[in-house]
Amino acid sequence: MPILEGQGVTKYFGGLAAVSNVDFHVDQGEIVGLIGPNGAGKTTLFNLISAALPVNSGEIKFKGERLNGLKPHQICRMGVSRTFQETKVFSNMSVLQNVLVGAFFGTPTRVSGAAAASEATQALGFVGLSAMSATPIKDLTLVNQKRVEVARALATKPELLLLDELMAGLNPAEVSEAMELVTRIRDKGITILMVEHVMRAIMGICGRIIVLHHGEKIAEGTCNEISCNKTVIDIYLGEETRAGS
Amino acid sequence: MKKMGLIQLFRRNRKLLWAGFLALILIFVITFPLYGGPYNVTVLTYVLLYVVLAVSWAMFSGTTGYMSLAPAAFVGLGIYSMAILQRQLPFPVIIVVGGLVSFAFALLIGLVTLRLRGIYFAIFTFGLVIFLSELIQYLETTIRGAHGWAIIPMSYTMLLYTALGLAVVTVLAIYFLRRSRYGLAMLSIGGNEEAAAHMGINTTMVKVLGFAISSMFMGIAGVLLAPELIYINTNIAFSTIYSFMPILMAVFGGMGTLYGPVVGAVVFAYLETMIRNEFPRYFLPGFGITLVVVILFLPTGIAGLMPVLRERLGRLRAKLWKGGQAEQHANT
Repeated sequence: MPILEGQGVTKYFGGLAAVSNVDFHVDQGEIVGLIGPNGAGKTTLFNLISAALPVNSGEIKFKGERLNGLKPHQICRMGVSRTFQETKVFSNMSVLQNVLVGAFFGTPTRVSGAAAASEATQALGFVGLSAMSATPIKDLTLVNQKRVEVARALATKPELLLLDELMAGLNPAEVSEAMELVTRIRDKGITILMVEHVMRAIMGICGRIIVLHHGEKIAEGTCNEISCNKTVIDIYLGEETRAGS
Repeated sequence: MKKMGLIQLFRRNRKLLWAGFLALILIFVITFPLYGGPYNVTVLTYVLLYVVLAVSWAMFSGTTGYMSLAPAAFVGLGIYSMAILQRQLPFPVIIVVGGLVSFAFALLIGLVTLRLRGIYFAIFTFGLVIFLSELIQYLETTIRGAHGWAIIPMSYTMLLYTALGLAVVTVLAIYFLRRSRYGLAMLSIGGNEEAAAHMGINTTMVKVLGFAISSMFMGIAGVLLAPELIYINTNIAFSTIYSFMPILMAVFGGMGTLYGPVVGAVVFAYLETMIRNEFPRYFLPGFGITLVVVILFLPTGIAGLMPVLRERLGRLRAKLWKGGQAEQHANT
């Protein structure tokens, strides 16, 4: 049974269909990649799932429950957490406090102070930032801020994690580390839907790929199917697919 | 050697020393009517009420980043609660009513306006002060047929002790609030509101409740302020100075800490009453210049200066310590 399901999901910005009649599903335990050219509607789709924006029509279901009409904080407490394309950290706090926010508020039940602290410490350890827990978040590099975002999302104990361009702006070594991190998250039993432009990462870890273009879903399939798909090559990947590299 | 011992003692027993320091202040305020004289007791009451205003303003606006220019609206509501009810109800009940009226009104206003961000929220809250002032003046003249109220004077000692009680309750409440998960939620809204919502925080609720709690303290402060004013009308009760002074005090003292606004309030409320009496002409320009200087050179306020001073002091001490050792060597 799919953990996340969308049917006829549509979002207009004025007259522009940013996401148009998209059907999709994500199964439990999968890593699904969401790719497409800039402006294809990938982040908009994330914003629709996490309720940052309301859908115009269609419905999104998480574990069989309709998400339409819910508020972002309710979505998060149901078990869907996310990171942001442009990092949105709590700039006035330390690294640990950032993660604590997720641990305190992201779960449906009230968490005690001690439990939240241990959850946050654990999440920071998981992304490899234990040593920096007391540092003001502003002093961290972009890569590490992105890791804090992941830790913060993990501290909400999600079942589904939406990663929005986690690898953008990372160097090849950092991309490899991030890929390893994403795989480890999946191994914890968390399902992942990720928007990404780094094809090496997409092809390396995703079990399935969904391709958006001008708000429409133009293809869906395994990495091999997508990298051989004529339309996807024409629109997005280009002739010399670097999928293998 | 003895000096170093003292410093270490201070480091180890910081909490104890803080408690002692606070106890001394309490004793000072409580015994003040015995030797202070009526005028100075009134000034001290004034200082305490401004502490309440500055601390409760910083509690909401300093953490969430929503700059409220509305303190005057809630102070005014408090003053008017006192003016209208003083002959009907006992003083403690009016205090409760003043707080509740402000709380309820802030709740209502918050639900409507806290979706406004940044400068729009600030402008709205400023308009609110003027709106309330005009509305009450209109009601006053149509229903009562007269403008303004005389306030029955009260025992200045009793007012001082009530103000002290309010200040202690406010500071304690906000101390615990800041350390609670609720304080963390407000801080996260100031850090990045969108992310806060996506991390499971009901941002609307947190903002509205925070705004209402801070307004409640302001309303009560207004009730206590009324008797000192003797005569009030809407221009006096809703004076914009009650909006700007707490902000100035909090900025001057530093909004990031609890003691910052307290220090700012004490300094400015005292200066205000003194300068107003001695040099009334230079009062407002003086404030303007101070605010500009503070924002330019001390953006984090007096509280932000503390770590720097501490470090300098530490270096100086290390230097002196070394010098002392060298001298000892020379002597032997």
